[in-house]
Amino acid sequence: MSAWVEHNLHSLRVAFKRLIDAPFASLFTVLVIAVALSLPAGLYLALANLQRLAGNVPTEAELSLFLKTEVGLEQARRLAAKLATRPEVRHVRLIDRDAALAQLAAAGLGEVAAALPANPLPHTLVVSARDPDPTSLERLREALARLPEVERVNLDTDWARRLAALLALGRDLVTLLAILLGLALAVITGNTIRLQIYAQRDEIEVARLIGATDRFIRRPFLYFGALQGLAGGLAAWLLLAVTALLLEDSVARLADSYGTTFRLTGLAAPEAAALLATSTLLGLAGAYFAVGYTLRGLDTPR
Amino acid sequence: MIEFDRVTKRYPGGHEALSEVSLRIAQGEMVFLTGHSGAGKSTLLKLIAAIERPTSGQIIVNGQNISRLKRAALPYFRRNIGLIFQDHKLLYDRTVFDNVLLPLHIQGLSGHDAAKRARAALDKVGLLGRERARPITLSGGEQQRLCIARAIVSRPALVLADEPMANLDDAYAHEIMEMFRAFNQVGVTLVISTHNLDLIRRYGGRRITLAHGRLIDAQPNTTVTGSLPA
Repeated sequence: MSAWVEHNLHSLRVAFKRLIDAPFASLFTVLVIAVALSLPAGLYLALANLQRLAGNVPTEAELSLFLKTEVGLEQARRLAAKLATRPEVRHVRLIDRDAALAQLAAAGLGEVAAALPANPLPHTLVVSARDPDPTSLERLREALARLPEVERVNLDTDWARRLAALLALGRDLVTLLAILLGLALAVITGNTIRLQIYAQRDEIEVARLIGATDRFIRRPFLYFGALQGLAGGLAAWLLLAVTALLLEDSVARLADSYGTTFRLTGLAAPEAAALLATSTLLGLAGAYFAVGYTLRGLDTPR
Repeated sequence: MIEFDRVTKRYPGGHEALSEVSLRIAQGEMVFLTGHSGAGKSTLLKLIAAIERPTSGQIIVNGQNISRLKRAALPYFRRNIGLIFQDHKLLYDRTVFDNVLLPLHIQGLSGHDAAKRARAALDKVGLLGRERARPITLSGGEQQRLCIARAIVSRPALVLADEPMANLDDAYAHEIMEMFRAFNQVGVTLVISTHNLDLIRRYGGRRITLAHGRLIDAQPNTTVTGSLPA
């Protein structure tokens, strides 16, 4: 057991030494891995920030219920009270027809309002929903539209739906990019490992002749792949942090022009950990396949 | 220790390196394998170490049937055999000491015990003072001795040496023969291929002679049987 630990430590040391013995080659590989990782990770971050920005916008999930003109004020109040008890409704506000006309006047349409022979506006209930999710809003709209007192229900969910669709598209893109570039990472690692194995052919041959198991031979290469992946992950993290720093000013200026403050957020600790773990595992996987494949190729014909 | 039963080795391409060879080497023997180059000496040694597999026939080494040895069992089989190569096969990117340490390392031995054994092996071949040197700085004879140290460090019961005295002058060759004799005296079985007949005469031991892949001469005190050429 202690020999096993010892050999693992030794393999780790050997892998680390191989990594720093060829500083430029390692640096370039690590950079390539970092770029490949930072693309999906950066897109993910941009998306997360966008989502947060969208969350800052007051998305009053409100439905306007225009009641039929024959519905009286007392009936409208009763309906408002009844609707307020529904679980999906946060609260209900009644705008009676006089108040609505006054609002119209206040909005600068006073002359128009004054010119009308009678108030043409119905009583209106403004229902704010508990759940801003477009599909549940739509369901609520349909339910409310079926009420006999209701003439028409207005729900402006278009922008919310578009944003949701955009964010979903973004997430799909992140997933796709992550898969493609993760594959690329594994291939890059695999290739460097393959070259290494060819460089270490003599050692592998000798080790086999004196009784090394495949596992013994494989181990330093696996550590190398994992280390390289980890280094790539760290570099990607750094790349993202630097990018965020560079963009901070312009983002702040943009937010300022909209009269709000907004700060870019970087990777949170669990996300960073996930990034590092993924890059390490991908490096390991690339190494595993490359070593298996290449070692079989080195087998002496029997 | 080693048993060949009508063993034939044909390489891809049709060249038959060994034809119907049968022989038996007992535990504790020191056997010399002779014959012209291309007679099949190296192939015979490779078959014993399971580096090559026979085309037909049966080989039993250490009680294990080589032909039936699984790939996963091969490393463990090899650990009982010390291999000495004509071209040394040393690792030039590490010190003399680390070269000797490698077999122990492979067998999961490390730390103080391993270092002690490596030093003992280097002492036996007279290289103790060169521990920290790189193999490339050693002379041909010293490199061969290093290769021997690596072969014996894990105390194998069987040592196979392929032309260990080739490219060495007489003084070095005798030195190495003395070492082999010392190993043999403590019970190690040795199979040494050489065409230095002078040495064989001097050090005694059984001689197995191959010609064109066939066994043509099995010296006295032998249990060797083989198909002799017509």
